[in-house]
Amino acid sequence: MLELLGVSKRVGAEVHLCDVNLKLDRGSMNILLGPTLAGKTSLLRLMAGLDRPSAGDILLDGVSVVGVPVQRRGVAMVYQQFINYPTLSVYENIASPLRVAKSGKRPDQKTIDRKVRAAAELLRLSGQLDKLPSELSGGQQQRTALARALVKESQLVLLDEPLANLDYKLREELRQELPKVFAEQGTILVYASTEPAEALLLGGNTATLHQGRVTQFGRTIEVFQRPRDLQTARIFSDPPLNTASVRKTGSQLYLDQSVIHLNESQAGLPDAEYVLALRPWHLAREQTSTQQAVLDVRVRVAEISGSETFLHVSLGDRDWVALLPGVVELSAETQLPLTFSADSIYLFDQTGALAWAPGGDV
Amino acid sequence: MAKISLKNIAHSYDGGKSFALQALSHDWEDGGAYALLGPSGCGKTTLLNIISGLLHPSQGQLLFDGVDVSTLPTEQRNIAQVFQFPVLYDTMTVAENLAFPLRNRRGANKLSADEIERRVKQAITMLGLEQLAKRKARGLSADNKQKISLGRGLVRTDVNAILFDEPLTVIDPHLKWQLRTSLKQIHRQFGHTMIYVTHDQTEALTFADKVVVMLAGEVVQMGTPEELFQQPEHTFVGKFIGSPGMNILPCTVQGNQAEIAGQAVPLAQTYPPLAGRVELGIRPEFIRLAQAGQGVAVQVQQIEELGRHRIARVKLGADPVDILVPEGVGIPDQPDMVLDPGKVRIYQDSLLVRGETHA
Repeated sequence: MLELLGVSKRVGAEVHLCDVNLKLDRGSMNILLGPTLAGKTSLLRLMAGLDRPSAGDILLDGVSVVGVPVQRRGVAMVYQQFINYPTLSVYENIASPLRVAKSGKRPDQKTIDRKVRAAAELLRLSGQLDKLPSELSGGQQQRTALARALVKESQLVLLDEPLANLDYKLREELRQELPKVFAEQGTILVYASTEPAEALLLGGNTATLHQGRVTQFGRTIEVFQRPRDLQTARIFSDPPLNTASVRKTGSQLYLDQSVIHLNESQAGLPDAEYVLALRPWHLAREQTSTQQAVLDVRVRVAEISGSETFLHVSLGDRDWVALLPGVVELSAETQLPLTFSADSIYLFDQTGALAWAPGGDV
Repeated sequence: MAKISLKNIAHSYDGGKSFALQALSHDWEDGGAYALLGPSGCGKTTLLNIISGLLHPSQGQLLFDGVDVSTLPTEQRNIAQVFQFPVLYDTMTVAENLAFPLRNRRGANKLSADEIERRVKQAITMLGLEQLAKRKARGLSADNKQKISLGRGLVRTDVNAILFDEPLTVIDPHLKWQLRTSLKQIHRQFGHTMIYVTHDQTEALTFADKVVVMLAGEVVQMGTPEELFQQPEHTFVGKFIGSPGMNILPCTVQGNQAEIAGQAVPLAQTYPPLAGRVELGIRPEFIRLAQAGQGVAVQVQQIEELGRHRIARVKLGADPVDILVPEGVGIPDQPDMVLDPGKVRIYQDSLLVRGETHA
């Protein structure tokens, strides 16, 4: 188990990480999710031993590894900008961590060959083994770097946006396979990503990061469905989360001039100002019951994906997006009502803490 | 702005041994928004570079509004380009970066200082860069830099087309939405001919009126996003478009009935006798999981929870099938899968076969 206890990292006056506490189990898949500069790479570098924390401790199976050099940590790291040995063949690149292992731990030639070929097969590199990295496409070079991390069978594998430079479809396939393979090895896998959709596809656990702080850590789907605060909900939304300030009085919410009738559980919340948040696919064009709330919006632009339409609209001066089924062709400036059910909303209180989520109160 | 015509354009990087771009003839309408979509190595960037003049094709002609520009250098084609990594002058301000392509003009094309200022102001407003106009380009975020690259195309009134090569790859997801939306609004407002190269289907489909899907140097289908989703002409398009892509299953077809893994599936159309490799295509969106006895028995392997919906990964015999299960819909134990007959497509040797519909 890898434990981070009150870990902070300051560089000069800048705080890169602040009081990070995480426990990562063997065989677990852990995603660090957040925008650029949220602290994902800083955190990975601390876990790898490339940097020392300014405060706090990092324990591997209960023993502090702070100060232990990276070579002695049993860590594999793959960056978005892949690194390979330019003069070695793809085969030798993949085999390299096995060849440099200490003599007692160095596998025999047959084992090396088997491991290299198995990793190459998984990462679709079997036909490229005799080539030099420079003869490969960017995607193939990245897969070579991933294969090297795979054969190393490290206790800790750190992947920093490893699929960002790969083709969309290949990314889809690898997202399905990579976590399984590392989990089988009993590895602690840490995967940094900017993409909410990627985190959901990968599953496992997610830590959302915002300005150097972990805002929440838990099972990926639970963090998505029940974000602890508004910041986490925003980080974990793609398309962006729709939000508006609302005032609650009894069983009603007021959003500008619109009234939203709350369900019984929501009505029990204290009367106050809240931030309402709504996922784009919970907005609809047809009102299926009179209980549903109606908002008048103005079309900014319709993006049609073939099966669905992302309708970007203005609600007062807010930019909202509705994900509607089918092809919806509406020109800019069209006014239309959009509806939603009170059961599908999130409410956050004035401190930003979650007050109500679909599926029940908090 | 111009109509761009390709006449029998092809390109080989190795003196004709192999073609990175197979012979292609096509008109890109004036004011259209096009996307070139395909995996690495499909020839999409080669095609873009031929249009911009960075590459001279091995054969064929390129016409802008009927005028042959095949031999003209890039700078005489009046093309604006936005690359994956924005190329800016770090020491200049945002406004100066935008003014630069206009200030460099000489002779008859020279613009007055007032005219330059007017156009730069307009571009800055259009892109929402007002707050940053006087800032140096150095240290700006990737999305703002990319807006400036785009702005350099917008300040010019003589632009024949704006070409984009994977412009959103380095942009964070939230900002991708904003940038894509402003791009779309600008296109609606000003009607530039835009050609956008990407491997990301969401970007291609949401940006373009028409998407050109390429594979191994060839155009396999050109169509609206809806056509590519509903009627893939090639199994590759079916699989490439959609997340997950279309399920392609080996089958036999007799009249208005198909058989997959030994089980009968009704079809909405009647097909002639088919030879070669016959396959059934069905998108994950158009299969539902029902109680046993209603369709074709499958084995559930894994359920992936994606928040908005779940993906059920099931097996039909040895073949994997992906099924999209909407929010709030249950999954029975030992389910059958039921295909929407109107959404089933039949392929012969990877190409779509059109059946006959009976009243």
